[in-house]
Amino acid sequence: MSQMAMPDPASAFRQRSRSAVDDSAQRQNFRSAMDYLQAKRRTQFPDEQELVGLRDLGEAIRRYSLANLPRLLEQLEQNLTANGIRVHWAENAEEANAIALAIARRVEARRIVKGKSMVSEEIGFNHAMQAAGIEALESDMGEYIVQLAGETPSHIIMPAIHKTKQAIAALFVEKIPGVEYTEDVDALIQIGRRVLRRKFAEADIGLSGVNFAVAETGTLCLVENEGNGRMCTTVPRVHIAVTGIEKVVEKLEHVPPLFSLLTRSATGQAVTTYLNLISHPRQPGEKDGPEEVHLILIDNGRSQAYADAQLRTTLQCIRCGACMNHCPVYARIGGHAYGTTYPGPIGAIVSPHMLGLAATYPLAFASTLCHACVEVCPVRIPITDLLIRLRNEAQAQPGTVNASLRGSGAARTALVSAIWNAWALIYSRLGLYCLTSWFMSRGRALSPIEQGAWTRSRTPLTPAPRRLRDLLKDRRP
Amino acid sequence: METSCHSPRQYPPKPGNAYLFATCLVDQFAPEAGLDTVRLLEREGIVVHFPPDQTCCGQPAYTSGYPDEARAVARRQLDLFPEPWPVVVPSGSCAAMMRHHYPKLFADDAALLAKARELSQRVFELTEFLVHVAGFKHSDSGQPCTIALHTSCHARREMGSHETSATLLAGLAKVRVEQQARSEECCGFGGTFSIREPDISAAIVSDKVDSLCATGAERVVSADCGCLFNILGRAAKLDQIAGRKTPTLPGEHIASFLWRRTSGKQA
Ligand code: SF4
Repeated sequence: MSQMAMPDPASAFRQRSRSAVDDSAQRQNFRSAMDYLQAKRRTQFPDEQELVGLRDLGEAIRRYSLANLPRLLEQLEQNLTANGIRVHWAENAEEANAIALAIARRVEARRIVKGKSMVSEEIGFNHAMQAAGIEALESDMGEYIVQLAGETPSHIIMPAIHKTKQAIAALFVEKIPGVEYTEDVDALIQIGRRVLRRKFAEADIGLSGVNFAVAETGTLCLVENEGNGRMCTTVPRVHIAVTGIEKVVEKLEHVPPLFSLLTRSATGQAVTTYLNLISHPRQPGEKDGPEEVHLILIDNGRSQAYADAQLRTTLQCIRCGACMNHCPVYARIGGHAYGTTYPGPIGAIVSPHMLGLAATYPLAFASTLCHACVEVCPVRIPITDLLIRLRNEAQAQPGTVNASLRGSGAARTALVSAIWNAWALIYSRLGLYCLTSWFMSRGRALSPIEQGAWTRSRTPLTPAPRRLRDLLKDRRP
Repeated sequence: METSCHSPRQYPPKPGNAYLFATCLVDQFAPEAGLDTVRLLEREGIVVHFPPDQTCCGQPAYTSGYPDEARAVARRQLDLFPEPWPVVVPSGSCAAMMRHHYPKLFADDAALLAKARELSQRVFELTEFLVHVAGFKHSDSGQPCTIALHTSCHARREMGSHETSATLLAGLAKVRVEQQARSEECCGFGGTFSIREPDISAAIVSDKVDSLCATGAERVVSADCGCLFNILGRAAKLDQIAGRKTPTLPGEHIASFLWRRTSGKQA
């Protein structure tokens, strides 16, 4: 799990984003990837009215699921258990890893092969397994590349989006014995596939995430393109699925609209190559499938968001990544600069619940509030309202009603509070406003506000010699 | 495009009177744009009232995470528009604040909420008002020119007034509007964001200036002063660094541009 550097997360974030902004090659990478993904998404939604209708439906399903979360989770556990899938509950990352480790020990596992799972990144699964002497190998091509490079994903859908094909080619030559340098993308994929094929056969456990968990039928849905998810969940003798408690929906018929919104918003695909529906372990007489299937349901701060009516909307997320694909800030700094597992707008609103606001508040401020994310979010999460709420919380006076989260008040400074106090005083009293703006226009200098950060890249703002209110007075005697 | 108001807005008939909420930026930094707004409205036969007690909509504090301070300032503006006249705002961003965020800001106080809701119903962004309420129809009397239009994110995604800005410009016969790449992308201003995250903000606005300059347009117009100051300030800084005397990318508020092109004044 990535931890933000204490004690000053704001300057740490600023440092990371500055070096990201200065890395022009990487910026170009992200820019063209974002342009490509935006264009692909656009082609999937040619009909504005259909999109409105589908978003209405998607939003309603997610809201309904959350409104009934406790009941649906109970129902999910009952039906999964009846289907022979074992359900485990984890309050945090440590508990989740301990549960997985206990299963691994019991079945004497030495190797785990993983499908793509952001929740496993969130809990630091690979590190926890490695520390216990168990190999955890990523089998999604992007995740495999990132793991080979000793990095973390920079995007929740396309983990290796920050890497050029040249960098990947060089990485393969360095890390995989007997590989010759090639920049041919298909050849690179073939090289990766060859390594991974072997690993599926050798693995004792397959790990996967879950996109939707259906309460009524006890079904785990897994959306993927490479087929590695199907391999992970069918070839090894044990399958462990990890997911957040918010991923539950009530009925199977709730899945198709969400699936459609997910694939079209994420990669601009009408459907993905695979949609796996996992309902039970291998049945008597079946030729394949795991002997054991486990589901680990993880809270890890989600219940903090759940407890608050406004912040609860955070949990509507279906992790499509469209918000980051359209974010002008993400396009400039990339995923790593955020310093959290989930980057971009979704990262900014969900990470404070996982890691605390004290460590993550800079992300809430790292937005122009341009609403591009709100415009594309398939389940209509009011992301900008949530960012403002988190800004309020971050600077709230501890002990007041405005401070209700873990880490509230962490960004509060006496100086900034005093500035806003003075601002409110000036702008709510006409006399003071007039006096200040009169002095500003006479002095032609914007004295009360520090302009250093502005003028580093722009010419200074100069007040007009006469204000509109003065000009209007002259006009109409 | 879906804006935050899902259903299309119903517009009233052209009124005899209207309020002007000029915004603090126009009042202090771009008063000409305010005067031109008044001229545009008066030409439509509308009597314009400028409540002299107005200051700022409160957005800077609201988006910076100081809701109490934002409320204190917004509270003052609530009382300034007693007659049931439309309130015209020459800024998509400040109009969106009053139209969409005032009701959120006063959600906990029934009396103020009612007031905020009532006011929000009659807040209009200037170009939206000119097209849909005033029925703007004036012919272009200027010389041929090329321009680029920058629409603010709040105009585009909260007010839907990026379209009315474009409509007004499309009605000017001798003006060619060039399309810049990624015209829908933010300029990187974001209020205090530009000061809080200067590196990211500078990266975004630099790209915006590049794409505007690449169109070859003679100038940029916008209905939002925040974006305009950001873009023009960056372009001027680049000129300064390069030692250029004439501005590469001059620009102005759309109210001034419209007035100049259609008032018979030289253009
Ligand atoms: S917040 Fe919305 S757009 Fe972003 S990942 Fe979640 S569902 Fe997708």
